Amino acid sequence: MEVGLTQILLLSTALFFIGVYGFLTRRNMITMLMAVELMLNAVNINFIAFNKYLWGGKLDGVFFTIFIIAIAAAEAAVAIAIVINIYRNFGSIDAEDADSLKL
Amino acid sequence: MSAINIALIPLLPLASFLLLGLFGKKHFKESGGIIGTLSLLGSAGLSLWTAYNYFFVSGKVDGVYQKLEVLKIQWLEFAPGVSIDIGLLLDPISVMMLVVVTFISLMVHVYSLGYMKGEERFSIYYSFLSLFTFSMLGLVLSSNIFQIYIFWELVGVSSFLLIGYYFDKPSAVAASKKAFIVTRFADLGFLIGILILAFHAETLDFGTLIHRLTDSSSPQLHSAIAGGLFGISALTWGLLLVFIGGAGKSAMMPFHIWLPDAMEGPTPVSALIHAATMVVAGVYLVARLFPVFALSCPGALEVVMYVGAASALFAAVIACTQTDIKRVLAYSTMSQIGYMMFALGVSGYGGENGLGFTASMFHLFTHAMFKALLFLGAGAVIHYVHSNEMGDMGGLRKKMPVTHLTFLIACLAIAGVPPFSGFFSKEEILTAAFHSNKLVYGVALFTAGLTAFYMFRLYFSIFWKREYSNHGAHEEEHGGHGEAPFTMKLPLMILGVLAIVTGFVPFGEFVSSDGEALHSEFHLTMAIAPVVFGLAGIFVALMMYKSESNLPARVSSTMRGLYKGALHKFYVDEVYLFMTKKIVFNLIGRPSAWIDKNVVNGLVDAGGMFAQDGSEELSVWQSGKVQGYAIWFLVGVIALVVGFVFLAP
Repeated sequence: MEVGLTQILLLSTALFFIGVYGFLTRRNMITMLMAVELMLNAVNINFIAFNKYLWGGKLDGVFFTIFIIAIAAAEAAVAIAIVINIYRNFGSIDAEDADSLKL
Repeated sequence: MSAINIALIPLLPLASFLLLGLFGKKHFKESGGIIGTLSLLGSAGLSLWTAYNYFFVSGKVDGVYQKLEVLKIQWLEFAPGVSIDIGLLLDPISVMMLVVVTFISLMVHVYSLGYMKGEERFSIYYSFLSLFTFSMLGLVLSSNIFQIYIFWELVGVSSFLLIGYYFDKPSAVAASKKAFIVTRFADLGFLIGILILAFHAETLDFGTLIHRLTDSSSPQLHSAIAGGLFGISALTWGLLLVFIGGAGKSAMMPFHIWLPDAMEGPTPVSALIHAATMVVAGVYLVARLFPVFALSCPGALEVVMYVGAASALFAAVIACTQTDIKRVLAYSTMSQIGYMMFALGVSGYGGENGLGFTASMFHLFTHAMFKALLFLGAGAVIHYVHSNEMGDMGGLRKKMPVTHLTFLIACLAIAGVPPFSGFFSKEEILTAAFHSNKLVYGVALFTAGLTAFYMFRLYFSIFWKREYSNHGAHEEEHGGHGEAPFTMKLPLMILGVLAIVTGFVPFGEFVSSDGEALHSEFHLTMAIAPVVFGLAGIFVALMMYKSESNLPARVSSTMRGLYKGALHKFYVDEVYLFMTKKIVFNLIGRPSAWIDKNVVNGLVDAGGMFAQDGSEELSVWQSGKVQGYAIWFLVGVIALVVGFVFLAP
């Protein structure tokens, strides 16, 4: 069976919802960050797939993918810095412990 | 006469008020007095120049003094034709008042250089004085009835500030509040009166208003007479309400209660505000609208007459029993203003009938001089003795020769002894009263006797009676300045000379009800009675107070009821307190407080409670849990997707 657009979209959708599931269920911030990365990569796969199958001669989708990877790297750096600070302040990286802004 | 010159008369004090008020504390702590005095000197010079020009050069056209509106600026326009202007009006009475106000104010400024020396808030004091002078000059020059109201209130404010100058003294604070509230209450009447008059006359401008309300063929006058309430025409209501405002400022019955208490202010302030200028504002107001009173509404003028006469007598009786020298002078002021009021009341309009008007303005003029002198003299005495009570004084004639002499002159002037100024003006008033209303004439004559009595009671108690020895402790203190500094003696001497000579001014030539010269003749027969009464009063005072005796005590015990009543100022204050504390507070104050607390506050509280409770309910959503937010975000996105994909047309 030839690998077509549909299969790739199924893969990326699965990947995305695995990320959503991970983001919603894990309390560990690092794990949540990894889940976010999964979602981003699902989007990347979408971009590549659409670029290849629908507009074969163009490179726009690839550009976007590279762009997103760069942004994701920066985002990971910032997020990990935040996580480190939260750990210093609260002694934990559990998302539920960092609730001091609540009433 | 250029408008600039005249506009500068009030603007110079305003400038010094702003300068001293804004920067006085830092930069002019010592020199504030000089700055204030110099600005007033400029004003006084300009107003003398204006008066000279007006009376002798350009004011008269065909033998009639004109009303000149030298400046007119449209200030607020509500609709085409309905506007409030700011203008400067020159006519005989405003020019006369200009001279009186600037001159007395100048004297007080000079006097205060010595009297207030070393005060902590010296420059503030001068800025207040300047503010007052500015407001009073603005009031005098006002060309429309709304403008006069603005300055009227400004005068009230500056009077409040000056009475409460010693704000760390509770009695001064209470007195300033009392003065402000009582006059404000009367001003409410004034405002309503302005509205009624302006509504019917369809103008605020004095000239037009007087013209429309005195011309018997004008539709405005007809509407003012036709409209009305309780059987009294709108015109009468308007004039009476305006007069209530005037009575409040001029301390006429029953609004006089603030004046004696206002003596808590510094003495030069009393000389300026509560003797010569502000308290005659009411007289000035009635004189301003005099043609309307006299020609269209004699009934209202009759009220003015009776209120004036009653106040004159009432205050004179009280003045006989007071022991605080400033309070005696305060009641005497009230009594003399009563004279001016009823002189207006007995007057007619035009020609010989206008004698009362001229006499009233004449008395205003002479009274300003000798009453300011009396207050300044009393200030010098208080400065020396450090007490207001007669009991602490006596025998001061050797210690304070200048004060003694000038005070004596002023006493003779107010007692109406010829040839001092008060004699001439009082004689004119009595002549006018004699020809118009015999009852008022009798009251006035009796009051003249009482006036002489209480003034000489004051004089003898201060300067004779006993040797001044019981204040030996103060001798060293006074070694430095003796009687008083020169800046205090100079105004006394100038005013002393004026109190003698102002009586010889042919006043009727300049000021009369219709602008034409009034040649008032001197009636010897009319002069005899007041002089006899005056001399009798002086003689009785001489017998009772020249030296210490038990005569005053015997007299007061034979007239115990009257004496006690007068000593307690006929319990008017108590009546006011009863009315306000028991009736107004209980029937109006407390119910409104209840409504305010429960209904108004309740509504406001309900609004607050709603917001608080509502936000507490909503705050549950703000859980602070990232994943909770994420779930709702996801649900929202899914809902949007479902909406766009399946529900979109």
